[in-house]
Amino acid sequence: MTTRKIEILVGTFIVLAVAAFLMLALKVANAGVSGSGESYVLYAKFENIGGLKVRSPIKVGGVVVGRVASIDLDTVYYTPVVKMEINEQYSNFPETSSVAILTSGLLGEQYLGLQPGFIDETVEILADGDSIQDTRSAIVLEELIGQFLFNRGN
Amino acid sequence: MITDKLQNLGRTTIDNVAGFGRSGLMLFGALIGKPDFRKGFPLLIKQLYVIGVLSLLIIVVSGLFIGMVLALQGYTVLVKFGAEGMLGPLVALSLLRELGPVVTALLFAGRAGSALTAEIGLMKATEQLSGMEMMAVDPLRRIIAPRFWAGVISMPLLALVFNAVGILGGHLIGVDWLGVDGGSYWSTMQANVDLYQDVLNGVIKSVVFAVIVVWIALHKGYDAIPTSEGISRATTQTVVTASLTVLGFDFILTALMFGG
Repeated sequence: MTTRKIEILVGTFIVLAVAAFLMLALKVANAGVSGSGESYVLYAKFENIGGLKVRSPIKVGGVVVGRVASIDLDTVYYTPVVKMEINEQYSNFPETSSVAILTSGLLGEQYLGLQPGFIDETVEILADGDSIQDTRSAIVLEELIGQFLFNRGN
Repeated sequence: MITDKLQNLGRTTIDNVAGFGRSGLMLFGALIGKPDFRKGFPLLIKQLYVIGVLSLLIIVVSGLFIGMVLALQGYTVLVKFGAEGMLGPLVALSLLRELGPVVTALLFAGRAGSALTAEIGLMKATEQLSGMEMMAVDPLRRIIAPRFWAGVISMPLLALVFNAVGILGGHLIGVDWLGVDGGSYWSTMQANVDLYQDVLNGVIKSVVFAVIVVWIALHKGYDAIPTSEGISRATTQTVVTASLTVLGFDFILTALMFGG
């Protein structure tokens, strides 16, 4: 076999592998769409984050607008602080917005549900680094069952 | 009696350690030094063809069938929970994280690793390696180095092809045959697969496996007893040792990457 033919086949092999990688990156992992783009940061304090994880989605009406960047514990109050990275194109949330930890389906993954609030002259728009005040914690199933049983006892 | 046992143990240990040392020296001699691209590149291309391109067929076929089987098996369990929409992530994550790198490495050890060992062992038995040294050509740089690099380059690429074909095979069975919704196959996959966490960790795994398999194959060939029996034993050892080492390292890497 001539060198030229071998080189062509090796070239085809490399092209095929690159195509496979691009398919995995774009079609399977969907990196090109949600991973890129500018984002800004908001913070929210919760009582209890339940099963929320880093990189959990943040949704407004079911549409993913960002992801959880990190989850830390406030060292003064010992409450969890969630750092949210939100896509720059959705940058007009007023400070009256609320955020809740929700579950997709009965046993599904937990995500952050962002509910945009009302706007009038005195309400400011949330900027990079601001905190959302109105938060609702995760529903812990065991606590609910405990309360239910307690109430039944009465 | 007990001293004989001790002596045996000691001898095996010394032999093993000496083998590690020789394999390290072999790799050091082959890779360290000023690279000569003008001479090395055509050799590398030839080896990429022998090691990579010729392994493509077995990789594509087994990737297709493993993806199809995963979809078929996963479907029977998922449908019981009404969760057949999660077939996409099941197939994609099993392939990207585990099966892609591992099965590629095992097939590669059988297809290319054994061939490398036999080739180099025969070169040694027919004294081609000594002949090269007589002509002041370093056999490590001329024979070992291009094969090592070709293996390390081809295996991650083969694993990527394996993953892609496997996911398409899962689509073929899951969507076209069993009737899972095609949109949810891709969209749940995209929601659950992360480029860095899953795809790139799989690639890292397969680079590590490539180094292991190729290194073992080259060393067993280079260190083979230069008789026909010695070469046959070295070839068997390559496949067995490389496969077991790959499986062991797979556990360690999985624990490091996804265990936390």
